[in-house]
Amino acid sequence: MNLVRFELNGQAVEVSPGLSILEAAKQYGIKIPSLCHHPDQRVKANCRVCVVEVEGQRNLVASCATTVTEGMKVRTNSPKIRETVQTILELIFANHPQECLTCVRNGNCELRQLAADYGIREIKGEMAAPSLPIDMSTPSLVRNPNKCIKCGRCAEVCHHVQETGILYSNYRSIDVAVEPEFGKNLSEVACVLCGQCASVCPVGAIHERDDIAKVWAALDDLNKHVVVQVAPSVRVSVAEEFGYAPGTIATGKLVAALRKLGFDRVFDTDFGADVTIMEEGHELLHRLNNAGVLPMITSCSPGWVKYIEHNYPEQLGHLSTAKSPQQMFGALAKTYYAKKAGLDPADIYVVSIMPCTAKKFESQRPEMSDSGVRDVDAVLTTRELGRILKQAGVEFSVLTEEQFDDPLGISTGAAAIFGATGGVMEAALRTVYEVVTGSELTNVEFTQVRGMDGVKEAEIDLAGSKVKVAVAHGLGNARKIMELIKTGQADYTFVEIMACPGGCIGGGGQPYGTTNAVRRQRIAALYQVDEALPLRKSHESPAVIELYKDFLGQPLGEVSHKLLHTKYKNRSLRKLKG
Amino acid sequence: MTNEQCNNETVMEEGQALLQILLRVQDSSQENYVSEDAVNEIAYKLNVSRSRVYSTASFYSAISLKPRGRHIVRVCINAPCENAGKAEILAVLEEQLGIKLGETTGDRQFTLEGVSCLGACYVSPAIKIDNKLYGNLTPEVVVAILRTYREEVDTVDCTA
Repeated sequence: MNLVRFELNGQAVEVSPGLSILEAAKQYGIKIPSLCHHPDQRVKANCRVCVVEVEGQRNLVASCATTVTEGMKVRTNSPKIRETVQTILELIFANHPQECLTCVRNGNCELRQLAADYGIREIKGEMAAPSLPIDMSTPSLVRNPNKCIKCGRCAEVCHHVQETGILYSNYRSIDVAVEPEFGKNLSEVACVLCGQCASVCPVGAIHERDDIAKVWAALDDLNKHVVVQVAPSVRVSVAEEFGYAPGTIATGKLVAALRKLGFDRVFDTDFGADVTIMEEGHELLHRLNNAGVLPMITSCSPGWVKYIEHNYPEQLGHLSTAKSPQQMFGALAKTYYAKKAGLDPADIYVVSIMPCTAKKFESQRPEMSDSGVRDVDAVLTTRELGRILKQAGVEFSVLTEEQFDDPLGISTGAAAIFGATGGVMEAALRTVYEVVTGSELTNVEFTQVRGMDGVKEAEIDLAGSKVKVAVAHGLGNARKIMELIKTGQADYTFVEIMACPGGCIGGGGQPYGTTNAVRRQRIAALYQVDEALPLRKSHESPAVIELYKDFLGQPLGEVSHKLLHTKYKNRSLRKLKG
Repeated sequence: MTNEQCNNETVMEEGQALLQILLRVQDSSQENYVSEDAVNEIAYKLNVSRSRVYSTASFYSAISLKPRGRHIVRVCINAPCENAGKAEILAVLEEQLGIKLGETTGDRQFTLEGVSCLGACYVSPAIKIDNKLYGNLTPEVVVAILRTYREEVDTVDCTA
């Protein structure tokens, strides 16, 4: 491959062909400021803060949208550039509420960082911050249009990655508003609350609904027995909130940190994940043996569940009736654990730490109260966990590693990989294989279903009969599978779908800076967690064996049916015409 | 009315023709606009998101997402018409219709809009009512033109 030689600030350099000036300059230690640019998205070139000088061009060019060519002479720093960028920033600030001290993005706002880097000390224009209504209509997300800088990153992920098509750029010029059609609230449209918009927003225009106050109130209430569960993917992402590199495994520190916050028990959603495999795996076998609806599709991802409810309600029969690990945990914490610990379920308060904004919605679904009270009381995203720990003054770096509590803290490697795309499929296959064949699975790693390809397929030999499975992550890829199923072209037996790209490790509630490169690092870490665990099959977990022996009886039994399975709802927005 | 427009499958299959579809749906609407129901129906038929249809509709000033009068009176507000006496023409329009630029008459017969150039500088000052161009205008001519539209309105009302 021929390298492209060009001149960067007077220095001769060479890069691979096809790079933008912005990307090329980065390789040579020059960070060109940018706002609308995102490494996983198409070029938008609307914020203009990345302008540079190219010799022979009359005007400044947007470096994100200009490909480096042979012999090009680029300057990234000149009086003209500095003055232009300063003016652009001042114009953005003039329309931006000066609420930085109290903003949810204080500490990680890209606009504020740019102001700091660029040394902005005054705003010369007249302040004209809007005062539009804030959308608080959902339990998951808050959309504050006043802080929107109209970079379009959210619309890009909503339309071209998730293909949910909720947020889009409306009107034009100074009137541009990135919002649902007719300025509707998120609760009035088919938003699945995946939070990918929040994940890519550079400012505080769309973010998770903050439930930290609810959790403090429970922790401060001496009459409450407050237990916490942590999702698989959080252990490989939470350290980023404290400056560690993506992919840092921090399970032990995480447990220690949660104990410092004052939780009575620190449990693991991985326990719920192992139970999910037992129920969902047996449901699959039941469908296979009783001519049930196939392919069966996983139901762990609440964004995905809401998506199929909105967009393919006629296909809901494909969805496993098994609740997600979060909800299985909640239902069992307030029944099985309550009984074991001699507690009244009404006195137990369950907090979940999730990578996900849609989990907040899931926990509030009316049907999620099979224990007699609300199964999960509050959900914090990984980002909120970072904030509550900082508020409590917990010094993450100096914590000594600790272990989860028994018995809802015991789990397997199969549960750990739930957090990565393909993980639920692999975990299910590890158990289903042994149940069907009656023989031991020696190589537990189904590598065909791993990795970041959008749709993955594999054929598994189960005691002589071939079973075809598929895995999709990101709702744009989910749509591809659903169209195949809808048109009768899918010959799969079992399908795993996760709403977010990469699975839960790429969830909408994960630390800021989640890119596909970061997703890969977190995925690699989860497989390390799996490999390091002594037990890697859900049905071998002693906690699971004891649960079925003492409480549930058998998978898909009467108690399971009541506590661990659920129903779905047609949420189509399309009115049926008579 | 909207549904009849949208049910034209041949038009709907051409997903790229969103703008044309929006204009046709608007033209067929009694109130010269694209309703929320119409946005939803177009999205469904084209298999695109509602927000995408809305985004396109809201981008173009030729399309209205709010009900308008039966007749759209467009006044050129660019320099050539300005120099040729636009102010006088606009004043008489506002006075005759009893509304300001951007408003709709109480009887929902007329909406008055300003546009940037009608491509008719050679007959400035110019206005367009619906799809018909009127140029070389004087206040007297404007009054006469409006009268013909009002008479048409009256006729319709009498036979109704």
